[in-house]
Amino acid sequence: MLRRAVGKSLAFAGFTIQYGCIAHCTLEYIGELVVCSGPSMEPTIINHDLVFSERLSRHFYTIKKGDIVIVKSPFDPRMNICKRVIGLEGDKVCTSSPSDTFKTHTYVPKGHVWLEGDNLRNSTDSRAYGPVPYALIRGRVCLKLWPPPSFGRLSKSPTGRIIPRD
Amino acid sequence: MIVASQGMAQSSAFGRRCARAFVSGFFVAVPVTVTVLDRLAYIARVEGASMQPSLNPEGQTTSDVVLLSRWSVRDYQVQRGDIVSLLSPKNPQQKIIKRVIGLEGDLVKTRGYKNRYVKVPDGHFWIEGDHHGHSLDSNSFGPVSLGLVHGRASHIIWPPHRWQRITPSIPGGCALLLHRDRLPPSDQDD
Repeated sequence: MLRRAVGKSLAFAGFTIQYGCIAHCTLEYIGELVVCSGPSMEPTIINHDLVFSERLSRHFYTIKKGDIVIVKSPFDPRMNICKRVIGLEGDKVCTSSPSDTFKTHTYVPKGHVWLEGDNLRNSTDSRAYGPVPYALIRGRVCLKLWPPPSFGRLSKSPTGRIIPRD
Repeated sequence: MIVASQGMAQSSAFGRRCARAFVSGFFVAVPVTVTVLDRLAYIARVEGASMQPSLNPEGQTTSDVVLLSRWSVRDYQVQRGDIVSLLSPKNPQQKIIKRVIGLEGDLVKTRGYKNRYVKVPDGHFWIEGDHHGHSLDSNSFGPVSLGLVHGRASHIIWPPHRWQRITPSIPGGCALLLHRDRLPPSDQDD
């Protein structure tokens, strides 16, 4: 009686460990679902949208300019922020706002990226806190899942702030 | 002839059972090993002289191998004096191992940084190698975000005569000028 109960609980524990590990590997190496909050990525991503963020780009270092990424916040590692990559290391980025008369530029340092929200007026991003280390990137948002009318791939940057490399 | 074909059927059934056992074992062993290395602890060889004399005191002859705990940094709780491994802010593909000197809010005295004194911002920490002058650390790239922390070095496990538990200790000539608890409260409200 007791032996059967012990055997069953061991089997259950083994089952939980095995599927827990498979879940960890999927979330860490394939992708995860993210609920975005805040207005900084409007109109591309609205408050309470559900998106799928894939992890392969982060592990193979294939994040490109114009990608929307989920990044660990540089000021609180337990919080995540969702922004668009405007510049990779070595790229030229514009630090002045579109309304300024004199445009200022800077170059993104090695190992860092420049992030900006699509809603430039209501976004705290690299214009405020500077370039962010590449290693803080968690994943690349590739698909919007909810709400159903806006299901599908995400659009390119509407702000025109990406300076192409010549 | 019938005996030969029966023998062949048995060996192919055995082969199929072996293959199935191997595949199911593989699907258990790989996720469990990967999860243990990601969440519990992993082992790494220390390269370079930036942490001498605490790590790699013999230099080129033998490199220390350390046990790095991922579980103890899962909530980004590091202490001053800990030796931690982190993803390099200069190169995301590389991990560096340094000592934590200051945490958020502390005032540190720098060596060769653009500012003489630095107040560590929120969510950041200040790292230095024990071998000053031979170390690429916060004195080059400034305070580092806590999100880059990868693991805490808990034990040196190779070579055998260097087996020891690593305890948090601040080296002499300390850069920590003022602990955040001793700083006067700032005027600005959160």
